[in-house]
Amino acid sequence: MSSSRREFLQQSAAAAAAIGIITADRANAAPLSQSQPTGQSDHRELALRAIDAARGAGAQYADCRISSARSQNIGTRERRVTNIGDNETFGFGVRVLVDGCWGFAASADVTADEVARVARQAVAQARANRAAMVRPVEMAPTDPVPNGVWRSPARIDPFTVAIEDKAAYLLEANAAALDAGARFVNSQMFFLKDEKTFASTLGTVTQQTIMRAQPGMTVTMVSADNRDFQTRQSTDIQPKGLGYEHVLDADLKRHAARWVEEARQKLTAKPVEVGRYDLVLHPTHLWLTIHEAIAHPTELDRAYGYEANYAGTSFLAPPEDFLGKFRYGPDFMNVLADRSAPGSLSACGWDDEGVAPEDFYIVKDGMFVDYQTTREQAMWLDAWYKSRNMPTRSHGCSYAQTWADVQFQRMPNVNLLPGEQDLVWDDLIAATENGIAIIGDGSFSIDQQRYNAQFGGQLFYEVKNGKITGMLKDVAYQIRTPEFWNAMDMIGGRRSYELGGAFGDGKGQPAQSNAVSHGCPPTRHKQVNVINTGRNA
Amino acid sequence: MAPRSLRAVARHLSRTECEQIAKRVLEFSKADECRVSINSGVRANTRFAVNQISTAGDNYNNSVSIRSVFGKKVANVTINRLDEASLRLAVENSERIARLAPDDPELMPELGPQTYDEPIVWNDATASLEPELRAEAVRAITERSRAAGLVSTGYLEAQAQAFAIANSAGLFAYQRSTGVAFTTTVRTPDGTGSGWAGASDNDFTRIKPVELAERAIEKARRSINPAAVEPGRYTVVLEPTAAANLVQLIGGALNARNADEGRSFFSKAGGGNKIGEKVVDERVTLVSDPLDPRVPANTAGGDGTPARRVTWIQNGVVRDLAYDRFWAQRMGRQPSGTAGTLRMDGGDSSLEDMIASTERGLLVTRFWYIRPVDPRTILFTGLTRDGTFLIENGRVTRPVKNLRYNESPIFMLNNLQAMGRPERVSASESGGPGQAIMIPAMKIRDFTFTSTSDAI
Repeated sequence: MSSSRREFLQQSAAAAAAIGIITADRANAAPLSQSQPTGQSDHRELALRAIDAARGAGAQYADCRISSARSQNIGTRERRVTNIGDNETFGFGVRVLVDGCWGFAASADVTADEVARVARQAVAQARANRAAMVRPVEMAPTDPVPNGVWRSPARIDPFTVAIEDKAAYLLEANAAALDAGARFVNSQMFFLKDEKTFASTLGTVTQQTIMRAQPGMTVTMVSADNRDFQTRQSTDIQPKGLGYEHVLDADLKRHAARWVEEARQKLTAKPVEVGRYDLVLHPTHLWLTIHEAIAHPTELDRAYGYEANYAGTSFLAPPEDFLGKFRYGPDFMNVLADRSAPGSLSACGWDDEGVAPEDFYIVKDGMFVDYQTTREQAMWLDAWYKSRNMPTRSHGCSYAQTWADVQFQRMPNVNLLPGEQDLVWDDLIAATENGIAIIGDGSFSIDQQRYNAQFGGQLFYEVKNGKITGMLKDVAYQIRTPEFWNAMDMIGGRRSYELGGAFGDGKGQPAQSNAVSHGCPPTRHKQVNVINTGRNA
Repeated sequence: MAPRSLRAVARHLSRTECEQIAKRVLEFSKADECRVSINSGVRANTRFAVNQISTAGDNYNNSVSIRSVFGKKVANVTINRLDEASLRLAVENSERIARLAPDDPELMPELGPQTYDEPIVWNDATASLEPELRAEAVRAITERSRAAGLVSTGYLEAQAQAFAIANSAGLFAYQRSTGVAFTTTVRTPDGTGSGWAGASDNDFTRIKPVELAERAIEKARRSINPAAVEPGRYTVVLEPTAAANLVQLIGGALNARNADEGRSFFSKAGGGNKIGEKVVDERVTLVSDPLDPRVPANTAGGDGTPARRVTWIQNGVVRDLAYDRFWAQRMGRQPSGTAGTLRMDGGDSSLEDMIASTERGLLVTRFWYIRPVDPRTILFTGLTRDGTFLIENGRVTRPVKNLRYNESPIFMLNNLQAMGRPERVSASESGGPGQAIMIPAMKIRDFTFTSTSDAI
């Protein structure tokens, strides 16, 4: 949600540690600014000092995150670089629990005096909040991690690649689009490298390096009479928790001519006739439907009303009426959450309260079985976990977008697992008599309890008797979440599973962006309501 | 609690501090041109859920952006450290990156010294909104909700920011601004009713927590057990927040270059743009004015262009589009230097008048999850939320289930029937201060709803 809808991220585990980060070379390898303590050992000392100060001021629990995050974006249009921006932000946040009440404060002055002052400020904040307290916070146990180290599995640190190489990559891709007849073309790349140190009064200290990369292109075609224009966004290329190798692998130049041709076809595509169709949804499209209609409603804070003023609540509430009782979809529907898939956006070694995330089922054999939790929230499901002989532990879903923001429950990667049959996209098309196939994510909107959603896409194809017979335009489908997943009657196999994702998963007040991946195969859904969104201006 | 005069104003860099930072950066610079932009200040917030404060935070941050130019090559580097060594290195980095950048044929030279109107957007009460005061404002809502047997959730955010810009051509500006937003959603414990109220301002003293509590509580009570109505075309009475949710979308489509390039609603068939064309009802006038006392803004833009009063639409006719300096020069126009605020003129109907004159229609509190569907028509989709009611024979008769619309503010403002007096509203979906907007309630015919929602 929130404006751009694309955003940030994180990455993956064992493989990552083994690979490490290879520095490529050249120009901007130097840090942007100099006062950054060179070793993360300095950060460790400062973080420990902050939590000591908080404890000294009366906190029963405290954690401190120190983060030095560097991001870079390069934007172009046609044969011109429109923007080169390099951004570094360094600071820390201290969260404390005083008599069951949270307090948080943050500052950009990462000094010994300031970390202690801000820790005391967070304690004062918690005391101010006590006046309105009804129920004290309790936290599920977690194991201390005294010396945790984790790095994204990036092979090439983007900040070691020269700007002129990045600009040349984009301008060459644009040239390929223009050569193919594009009227306009924009392309860009974005990188993040976040070095975070976390310490808590439980004795945990972790240091993580998280990287994200997103290359992208948008091609625009305008009709000869200036009455119509159509765009094709490069949704085949998804953001990843990787380094510059993701840009090289994406190879925008190689795809540009096809995207131009597809945008051109959209100008003359047939307007869709409203009605009910069988929809065949490509992974580059379906990830967003999963994000909105599975991942969001299974956030436990939403089910308890904590996000009612913005992101909303959930149709899966109260939990005791739904856990183990609600059929999300057919027997072959399995939804697994993880923060471990290599190259995924949510991957990390420990979450933002020092919990090692685990893979866990949200939907098992079609039944809804669990929510996403933090340490505080896991306690709310204590009775459910006990009834299942499961430990009451956080799933490791705590996250803050920067040092300046308080951490709270954010979704991990939430994935629709492939089916047992070895089916691929073409098999689903071939099995469909009268349908629409949708590729790429487009417009999206869903209500505050995650019932009613509407999705567009990048490309829409008419499917007749097992074959694609032409392109359609002005297509959007409207769903009611439970019916939509229960109308899923085909699912691709392991070979057709892909990772999509977003940098801009919005939630919370102040709104924070989370970055997540959603893996899925293609699926087919029977008799979904399709509308025509074209109107005359 | 300390009297207001003793309370601390939120931390931010002073004019003198900004002048010193800018002077230092410009001294370090070896580029043909250099610009330095400085932002600093505090974002303070208190969240509440289930009738108690859930989280709260105060964060101070600052940033220094350095833009270095060699010939037609340019790059920006932003850091949030202010020590001399960091500033020096950031200047060097921006110069190193700029030298490697391809030429930008559209690069505009830095502006020389400018004259800016004195902004009126800073307020001491907002800038000194400490945690205790925020908690007190929150209790005005949580305690009333609890007493009413209802469940309140909400958010109070105050910002106090200083902005400075300086460049190697002698330009300097320093301006301060404040903003505050306070919103709440009150629900019945069984989740069968939900009501919202919110306000946004630059001056916290104009926000009335008790009024917000009463409005949201009343809506929550009145919205219990809504009935479904068929989707279709309805006459709607939009409260000011709902009207702003949609009308502000026009602001995002005003880019002149997109219009001239044929990829905007404001593109003209056959070429050019729609300046001079009537596109909406003649009672519609939309203005951005940084010195509007109810929707003020800084008067210095991000690149130093002075913000001026811009009339986008006057009596239904497009008068201006948003021009950056390059496109303005190319097309022989004045750069817009827009303030990013919006005021829509109103009429003299009261909300009650609009309801009374409606035979069958819907009363809408606000819209949500508003996303673009078709930029050719500024068509968006989204849903009603937290207070949607049926109007029958001039009276509000019952709550109805929420509905999804697919509609354009352009079509909507062509179907305008009546308007109230403009009010300052909180129209950002996320509940932050957002864009300052002042807008009337309005009655619209033939508003397109395409499906119903079970969400409450």
